Amino acid sequence: MKTQTAIAAVFASALVLSACSHKAPKILPPDPGGSVSTDTGTAGNGAATPGSQADFTAQLMGQDTVYFDTDQYNIDSADQQALAAQVAWLAKYPAKRATIQGHTDERGTREYNLALGERRANAAKNYLVSLGVDASRLTTQTFGKDQPVALESNEEAWAKNRRAVTITID
Amino acid sequence: MKLIRFAILAPLAMTGVALLAQAPAVTSSPAATAENYEEVVGTADNDAKIAIPAFATNADVATQTSAGTTSALGLSLASVIYGDLKNNGLFKPTGPGSLPRPALAQIQAPDYPGWQGRGTDMLLQGYVRAEADGNLTVGCYLYDVSLGQQLAKAGWTVPPGEWRRAAHKCADLAYSRLSGENPFFDSRIAYIAETGPKGHRMKRLAVMDSDGANHTYLTTGQSTALTPRYSPDYSKILYLSYFNGSPRIYVYDLASKSQKLLLQSPNPLFAPRWSPDGRSILYSMAIAGNTDIYKMSSSGGASVKLTSSPGIDIGGSFSPDGSKIVFESDRSGSQQVYVMDADGSGQKRISFFGGRAATPEWSPRGDQIAFTHIAGNFRIAVMDPAGGSMHYLTDSWQDEAPTWAPNGRVIQFFRTTRNTGQTGIWQVDLTGKNERKLATPGDGADPAWGPLRP
Repeated sequence: MKTQTAIAAVFASALVLSACSHKAPKILPPDPGGSVSTDTGTAGNGAATPGSQADFTAQLMGQDTVYFDTDQYNIDSADQQALAAQVAWLAKYPAKRATIQGHTDERGTREYNLALGERRANAAKNYLVSLGVDASRLTTQTFGKDQPVALESNEEAWAKNRRAVTITID
Repeated sequence: MKLIRFAILAPLAMTGVALLAQAPAVTSSPAATAENYEEVVGTADNDAKIAIPAFATNADVATQTSAGTTSALGLSLASVIYGDLKNNGLFKPTGPGSLPRPALAQIQAPDYPGWQGRGTDMLLQGYVRAEADGNLTVGCYLYDVSLGQQLAKAGWTVPPGEWRRAAHKCADLAYSRLSGENPFFDSRIAYIAETGPKGHRMKRLAVMDSDGANHTYLTTGQSTALTPRYSPDYSKILYLSYFNGSPRIYVYDLASKSQKLLLQSPNPLFAPRWSPDGRSILYSMAIAGNTDIYKMSSSGGASVKLTSSPGIDIGGSFSPDGSKIVFESDRSGSQQVYVMDADGSGQKRISFFGGRAATPEWSPRGDQIAFTHIAGNFRIAVMDPAGGSMHYLTDSWQDEAPTWAPNGRVIQFFRTTRNTGQTGIWQVDLTGKNERKLATPGDGADPAWGPLRP
């Protein structure tokens, strides 16, 4: 399967509309591109291709994600173990790049949470670099509170959502 | 698409020749009347009963409006005005549905005894006339029924597609005359329209009138849109969207319906804001885990970094005179509100309420700062610019991101429902009363109220 990196046209796309129209344009201007996405599929027999993102998630068994306390971005000992496991995998596939996506729980204001997600992604990235991963292989992203994985509004769900997820780029 | 205001100086039959350009109109009553009125308003309670009958017309003819003929439009105009004044909470309006429609001749010579008999304090009425060029002329008259006196009048010529603006202008005329506050109904709101399940929301940039009418989506939702801000002249919207997985600031031009990146940067960009004169833009940029606030000219060029703390400094809202900026920072360890001079100097924390204080927005009047107070629940609150006189306006599970009405007397914000994650745009006045949810086609968040339209 093929990895897709969607880069849509960004710039001015003036639409031809009659000057007196007050209605919404039938064709809306193109949105900016989507995020870098990556294939999580496996081979037909269920085994992941070695060195693929599917292999990464299969090998890491949950350690592709590190979790944070409320409003915090420090790397605790559990995070250190997870990130060390990520480093071991990345060391086996030195050509692989990865992006680290920072997220927050819903109990924060939108803009601050975007900055906090970025700070968490960077904390994870910095730790990976401290363990020897070349910084040029790593990028960060933030989604703030917009992409929760646990959908309830309670402490358990929020703890799952305060996270930084490493995704390797196939 | 201009709304042209004209002075109503002549009898109704002659107003057709009174179509003036955009020169300042004579709208208030003669001085003596106005002075008399001011005394009255000083003692009047704010629950004035206002009758708003259907607008009269000289001839029931077809219009190019969605409302239909001039007669139907006269009813719609009164209904829009009724909605504005009812939702404001200061008045007790009676709408056109339960009132007799005055004859055209009565618009400038109201049947005072008849209205007194109905127990109304004020009468807000008018007329609509279709012009040969398709435009519409709307006259608006406010009377004090018990005094038997005209308080205010104004007229506008509008293209058919903007007939609702004439109604909002008429509501504004009555609101400001009776409350002493500046008008605000004739204004627009940019916001983020949300649909879909909590974990997979589609978020589209949308705009609408202050009463929710004329709703338009500006983006498709293919890419998430967040945190819009209208430019002071309504020509552009700054907003956040994602490109290659990273938040970027876009400038959406409403006339050309095109957009471009505000600036090229490999770093995540957040929280775009206009200065009150539209000449400067604030934005926040994250570099390696540290977010700071920057200022640039809206015509481009180099940016100036305004903050440099190691924490997250983000957002920013100018004082109305442009001399100061209120922003949030977690440099103390948690989100708090700070004020600085517009060049970044003199940064000083002003929020000391316990909990966290976020998303500050300076009132267009300059006297208050609205913000989100977080102590368990998220509540909208206001304080003075020195951080004093804090009080809550809302009490719910999660209310955030206040935005001011152009007159600084009403606030909108968005409310998130626990568990479902559903969002809605709500409005509340500065007393914390008259809280209501705005009607939007779907869920709504990140409201940004624009200024009063000229």
